[in-house]
Amino acid sequence: MSFLTVVIWMQSRGRAINALAEFAENALILQNSFFIFALLQIRMLDDTDRRILRHMIATPEATGSDLARRAGVSPAALSRRVDRLKADGVIRGVHAVIDWRALGYEVEVSLRVTLDKTVANAFDDFMEAAREVPEVAEIQTFLGRVDVRLSVLARDMAHYQQVYRERILTLPHIADIEALMQVAAIKSDTVLPL
Amino acid sequence: MIDLDDMDRRILRTLTEDGTLSAGAVGRRLGLSQPAAWRRIRRLTEAGVITGRRVDLDLEKAGFGVTVFLGVKLATKGRVSLEDFERAVTAIPEVQAVHHVLGLYDYRLRVVARDISDFERVLRRRIMTLPGVGGVEANVLLSEERRPGPIG
Repeated sequence: MSFLTVVIWMQSRGRAINALAEFAENALILQNSFFIFALLQIRMLDDTDRRILRHMIATPEATGSDLARRAGVSPAALSRRVDRLKADGVIRGVHAVIDWRALGYEVEVSLRVTLDKTVANAFDDFMEAAREVPEVAEIQTFLGRVDVRLSVLARDMAHYQQVYRERILTLPHIADIEALMQVAAIKSDTVLPL
Repeated sequence: MIDLDDMDRRILRTLTEDGTLSAGAVGRRLGLSQPAAWRRIRRLTEAGVITGRRVDLDLEKAGFGVTVFLGVKLATKGRVSLEDFERAVTAIPEVQAVHHVLGLYDYRLRVVARDISDFERVLRRRIMTLPGVGGVEANVLLSEERRPGPIG
């Protein structure tokens, strides 16, 4: 056991680790759950993982067998690898995408907020309050000139004005806000250069 | 525009949490029969409310340790057309998202990179060389959460 651990730690390349992990898994020598844990911690993505992820991202609706064919692996290997990617937390989930315009939300505004950092817990207070606003669809925090960005959805400009005045400007510890109104999404964030 | 009732909203919430659920599984969670859930999901899909699925990856674990939001101001509006810029910027693999915006900047880009030096390479070789780029402001993403939005 300790010998294998040492070998794995010495092999820093993902492929070697994966090959070992696969071998170990198939040989069923992994009775010790601590060892599995150690293995998961150091596992890296190999080319096959990346190929699977690329195809999953490109065609999230594809069935398992379809995805396996596209990625050039057997369905059994696909499900084993996908399960492992999920267990490792690489794949966090699959979510339905909602087109807010189809629901009558025509306005999307990106609000770039600077917070008053002289106040302790300014970030936490602000985030907690922002989560209570249903029109806030995304919350991001940054290192840079902007502290927090909120993506706000509204039915029209009158509705936006109302949300902005009543729900956004009343959020705690705001030092400054800049608004960017979205005109068009030219490319959406589904791609990754894997 | 489609009108939603409470059950439709609950279905949307359920599917935005887990988009892999079958109509039967959605129905069981919400106390609907499989055919009733299936009919509602089909209506939402046909109305264009549910447009598809999105795979949510932990970017850091997938090898992309750095995500940066860039605000880009074009220097030469009119001379270089917006189309030229858009065509060139969407072709960059590291650029995940491009939004045309009104305000302080003309475009908002979401860029992924393996690490800071990889980001520097993308910024210098790919972004700063785009046709018509004027000012660029970078903010490094620290945390991100997607909320359910107004269906909540």
